[in-house]
Amino acid sequence: MSTPGILTGEFFINGDEASAEGAIAAGCRFFAGYPITPATEIAERMAKRLPQVQGLCLQMEDEIASMAAILGASWGGAKAMTATSGPGFSLMMENIGLGMMTETPCVVVNIMRAGPSTGLPTLVGQADVMQARWGSHGDYGVIALAPSSPQEMFDLTITAFNLSETYRLPVFVLGDEVVGHMSEKVIIPPPDRIPLVTRKRPQPSPECYLPFQAGDDLVPTMACAGDGYHVHVTGLTHDEQGYPVITAPVHERLIRRLVDKIRLNAAAIIRTEDVGLEEAQVVVVAYGCTARAAREAVDHLRARGQKVGLLRLITIWPFPEERIRRLAEQVRAFIVPEINYGQMVYEVERSAQGRAETVLLPLMGGAIHTPQEIVEAAEEYLS
Amino acid sequence: MKIRHRTLVPFDPQSTTRLREEQHGLHPDDVYLKPGRIPHIWCPGCGLGVVLNTYINGLKMAGLPVDRTAVVSGIGCTGRVAGYLNMDTYHTTHGRAIPFATGLALVRPDLTVTVFSGDGDLFAIGGNHFIHAARRNINLKILCVNNFNYGMTGGQAAPTTPVAARTTTTPYGNFEHSFNLPFLAYASGAVYVARWTTFHARHLVTAIAESLTRKGFTFIEVIAPCPIGYGRPNKLGSGLDEMKFYRENSLVQNDADPREADIGLKGKIIVGKFIDQSRPTFDQVYEENILKKFTRSA
Ligand SMILES: Cc1ncc(C[n+]2csc(CCOP(=O)(O)OP(=O)(O)O)c2C)c(N)n1
Ligand code: SF4
Ligand SMILES: [Mg+2]
Repeated sequence: MSTPGILTGEFFINGDEASAEGAIAAGCRFFAGYPITPATEIAERMAKRLPQVQGLCLQMEDEIASMAAILGASWGGAKAMTATSGPGFSLMMENIGLGMMTETPCVVVNIMRAGPSTGLPTLVGQADVMQARWGSHGDYGVIALAPSSPQEMFDLTITAFNLSETYRLPVFVLGDEVVGHMSEKVIIPPPDRIPLVTRKRPQPSPECYLPFQAGDDLVPTMACAGDGYHVHVTGLTHDEQGYPVITAPVHERLIRRLVDKIRLNAAAIIRTEDVGLEEAQVVVVAYGCTARAAREAVDHLRARGQKVGLLRLITIWPFPEERIRRLAEQVRAFIVPEINYGQMVYEVERSAQGRAETVLLPLMGGAIHTPQEIVEAAEEYLS
Repeated sequence: MKIRHRTLVPFDPQSTTRLREEQHGLHPDDVYLKPGRIPHIWCPGCGLGVVLNTYINGLKMAGLPVDRTAVVSGIGCTGRVAGYLNMDTYHTTHGRAIPFATGLALVRPDLTVTVFSGDGDLFAIGGNHFIHAARRNINLKILCVNNFNYGMTGGQAAPTTPVAARTTTTPYGNFEHSFNLPFLAYASGAVYVARWTTFHARHLVTAIAESLTRKGFTFIEVIAPCPIGYGRPNKLGSGLDEMKFYRENSLVQNDADPREADIGLKGKIIVGKFIDQSRPTFDQVYEENILKKFTRSA
């Protein structure tokens, strides 16, 4: 049988499939998952494609196991991914915490549907934004990316792998049902045009190696299983040697680093798409599928000469608070359409520090915003 | 917002070398223990020390170098075993050692991966993972320390707690039927199933060595005293008294039908090697049936 291997070229595929291809292009060779709408197509694509590149796709007994399995595979040295939607994302939370605590690179794709609970299984939602930030107990920094198109499902899945390998943590791709299920042209560049990052491995002899001691970037090197370093990896609070030390000073040191490795590197991590922000009096802040309607609304108003801008969040965590703070000095209002009852809007309002009005356009799920309602909301603040 | 941090207490790199130099290496088996990790956390009379020791001797008997092994644990007193062994060790979340180990073992077929965990961890919160890993015949060596209770959290009931036994959550005596672990393992597809107590240290070493050399999902149940969590409320005496009880009440029955291996509060304990069979492992089938369809050049 011929082997398609890593694809190159133009494809008409949906966002889920594009995410799977992005993972394969990023070097992912282990996938563990559990079927759930609207993310199932990722698992199905991986089941078909991973064997073709000598990888392994495993359907686990649930999402708890899926998350655990990718952590194990990552410590085995593999690039690993899982994909799910709300109910499964909830089940993954405990082992996401283990991944954060043990600094395990991997990628978790959540194709958001409307919740809570089983909610609207086949229809769109964006209400897992705060869960992605705070869903597992305890303090840790997170990275979450929000693709707005199948092309970005491909691109940002690669970015997610690169960030996870750079900063050593599970990175979230927060897609949504619309972006996951919509089919568009996706361009897959040749492999040598896709920059890839792999985790830093240790240099020193095993006797001198401290597996959780980090340099200035706050990210330790990672010794994987079988490398001969005899590392102890634990979800307990641990010292630089990896040994459990259950004291306040060690916890202070560890947790501060887990949060700061993202917080202090935020400028390097954050990506946005900016449309007409320089002169804007009103800025629409949007992400995921909602940004498509927002873009349409902003283009429409700008064509009529209105000073409206779009800040599209490609990285949603860490949140670009500095951008909002500066924009707040110039704009009258931020318009925030979200398919939830207000999540990202709290970050916008907090960062605006009362200097500009923050307007939420909520939608409980199952539908997307119309450009018209965004236009109308913006017009209220335009002279 | 402004942040006013406390001053950090820096890591003292000397602390590890100090421990290493002062204590480590006095015993020939210290090479199997992570430097500076002893003394352990277990109570006097606990069976876990015996189990740790038999595991080390099982490794030696199997001739397995530590660099080719990894141990994955869940949470509990037994889960702490991982932290003492001088190899790659993973102390995961409660109940999730098996799926973590599944991911590790599948991407690293060159390593022998042991899962060391408690009866509660593996069969209450983690029960679903156990049956599925056994069904798939993942190449994992499961060592379950059954002390009939949740030791770590202070002696609550477990799915292995015998009927009538007292624990802090069964103050009037347990009335739930308990799992027969060898039968469960066999029915789920384990290729090797044995049960020994900590009294049977030599048998246990042999069993561990055997399981380490078998391909596929192996299961050893180790009955171990927990004088604090289980012994005291059930008036079983000290750890030593429990060992004497095992000596007097164990029936060695190799090849016994696992269905007959139920354990009561003070009844006989059937021990032995119950199952030793072979069936294709997950990796073998995957390699043969799937991967070979596609050329290596990919
Ligand atoms: C999700 C979760 N629930 C509960 C606990 C608390 N907990 C820690 S150990 C344990 C039971 C351990 O029992 P067992 O597996 O039999 O191990 P033992 O201590 O007896 O060796 C429990 C319930 C936890 N750590 N995580
Ligand atoms: S509580 Fe029981 S199992 Fe835990 S260390 Fe003490 S004796 Fe051992
Ligand atoms: Mg127990």
